[in-house]
Amino acid sequence: MAEIRIENLVKQFGGFAAVRGTSFTIADGEFFCLLGPSGCGKTTTLRMIAGLELPTSGTISLGGEDVTFRRARERDIAMVFQLFALYPHMNVRRNIAFPLVSMGVPKAEIKRRVEEAARILRIDHLIDRPVSGLSSGDRQRVALGRAIVREPKAFLMDEPLGALDAEFRHIMCGELRALHDRLKATTVFVTHDQLEAMSMADKIAVMNRGVVEQLGTPQEIYDRPASMFVADFIGSPAMNFIRFEGRLAAGASSVRIDGAEIGVPQLREDAGANELVLGVRPEQVTLTAEGGLRGEVFGAEYLGTTQIITITTAHGMVKARAPAAVRVARAEPVGLSFRADRLSLFDAASGRAIRTALYEQPARGGRHG
Amino acid sequence: MTGLVSAHSVVDPSPLTKRIAAIVVIAYALITLVPLLWIVMTGFKSPSDAIAYPPKLVAEPTLEGYCNLFTTRSRQAPEYMAKLPPASGLCDRISRDRNMVIAGPSNYIPRYVNSLVIAFGSTALSVVLGTLAAYAFSRFKVPLKDDLMFFILSTRMMPPIAVAIPIYLMYRELGLSDTKLGMILLYTSVNISLAVWLLKGFMDEIPREYEDAAMVDGYTRLQAFFKVVLPQATTGIVATAIFCLIFAWNEYAFAVLLTSGTAQTAPPFIPIIIGEGGQDWPAVAAGTTLFLIPIVVFTVLLRKHLLRGITFGAVRK
Repeated sequence: MAEIRIENLVKQFGGFAAVRGTSFTIADGEFFCLLGPSGCGKTTTLRMIAGLELPTSGTISLGGEDVTFRRARERDIAMVFQLFALYPHMNVRRNIAFPLVSMGVPKAEIKRRVEEAARILRIDHLIDRPVSGLSSGDRQRVALGRAIVREPKAFLMDEPLGALDAEFRHIMCGELRALHDRLKATTVFVTHDQLEAMSMADKIAVMNRGVVEQLGTPQEIYDRPASMFVADFIGSPAMNFIRFEGRLAAGASSVRIDGAEIGVPQLREDAGANELVLGVRPEQVTLTAEGGLRGEVFGAEYLGTTQIITITTAHGMVKARAPAAVRVARAEPVGLSFRADRLSLFDAASGRAIRTALYEQPARGGRHG
Repeated sequence: MTGLVSAHSVVDPSPLTKRIAAIVVIAYALITLVPLLWIVMTGFKSPSDAIAYPPKLVAEPTLEGYCNLFTTRSRQAPEYMAKLPPASGLCDRISRDRNMVIAGPSNYIPRYVNSLVIAFGSTALSVVLGTLAAYAFSRFKVPLKDDLMFFILSTRMMPPIAVAIPIYLMYRELGLSDTKLGMILLYTSVNISLAVWLLKGFMDEIPREYEDAAMVDGYTRLQAFFKVVLPQATTGIVATAIFCLIFAWNEYAFAVLLTSGTAQTAPPFIPIIIGEGGQDWPAVAAGTTLFLIPIVVFTVLLRKHLLRGITFGAVRK
């Protein structure tokens, strides 16, 4: 297992820059997630780590060794593809054994290791079956088996759960994380699904248009988004953006919107040369009679334990997450109050987060240990 | 089942539809198979029965046509015939009945062997070159890719025989006239465009992820090509090979023009088998019957590859 270090990675396809100066380090044994919408450069980044694409500039090092221009087969990494890429003319055993065969591992050793990998993934009963008859979940396990059988320096996974149906995806998320905890292998996981990323990753890099917008633990990314893009991309429903004008000096701890005084984490820089945006997660909104910002109820979506209430305000729609027991009627006038210490402020033009006391708080307790 | 039946229904067709379909299929089979059957039957007729008018549907079967196909014979005086030792085999006996003795083997077998060598040789070469070219066109950034593909296709835009004269002159200069190598190269150059275009279609269908996976798994691109791409392209390669073989095996015009002796193939040889008093029709029919066998065997043997969707279900699309 090894640390992966990416420095100033750039990839141009003709005139199009797929990846523009990406840098990050993945610690040994970390479960690292590249998250972003399609076309953001996450898969290209992964393919460069794998050696399937060569970068235009920048360096990639694997366990301290510069592998930037080394061929895929010389990098000692394993990759799981979105469509599994199981060789259809081979059975399960030969699929899993395929990387070992290229390494010239003796036959008896191959047999032992293939069977061990199959046992870990609980597909040992399928081992002599052709891959074409397998369910998508079992195919996924065979693809994982082919990756783990070699004990490589790192695992790269390109949307490995994308081809599974929703229910099974949830199960595989758990299995993948459990497998990672057991093998302690450095893993790079590419996905556009925030739930997958949030539930599995130790660290997430949120990518957009070829650059990493934010790098951090799932909690950091959720609680302290570095840009409007990240704030919008993570969380369901997405963060509410309330646009307003106003000049704020460093040290200010409230903003004025429509005459209502709304408390925010204390500012650490001047802001307000451009339009500003107040970022509020739905769970940070409470419906109160005395709330400063006024609006009226537009509708509610019932979700079992909670509900999402949509409120029309003079600054657009605001979604609030409220306990399911709260009763609201359509067109009912309500006041909104926000949880001051958790709100984000952004510069509307650049989309960048404005430095506030929020970014100095320690992150909430980590989940994965 | 009594359910909804629409124009696009996939339920069983009605008995009437089935009957009409059966009649059409049987009629078509008769139209195409009767000439073949006639050729096979003619091969077993005597020369006089073969040209009898009105045609004889039933004739006493004889192997004379096959004997004449494989031998050359000479007519001898009855006194000479009487002095000969007893006939040693079936063909010997048949020719003695006609006051002839077998002078030696005919050229049919060497011509047949030429056909085998040239047809299979050019098919193999077309498929090997076509597979490699198709893979390159499918996977790599080839400069002027579309123009090259069009150029390759354009060689098919007129009948090959239209360039027969230039080729004849070229071959004479190059010393390729009447050589097996010359014919193999010629048929390959005609077939290669078909092979590249057909195989590129099949290669495009094979997801690149397989090669990516193999290369990450420690293989070179060439190894990945042989171990992962080729096995999945089998269906396409077999189909292409059958098409190439049928063309090269049946080709007549270039064979007449460019071969006369050592490299002559069976198609120009068979129709000119001369017996006493002109064309030896039973021998021609026998030669044709035997000539059909390899292509039928080849197609039947590889039929299951044509039908088997080898990659079905292995990758979700």
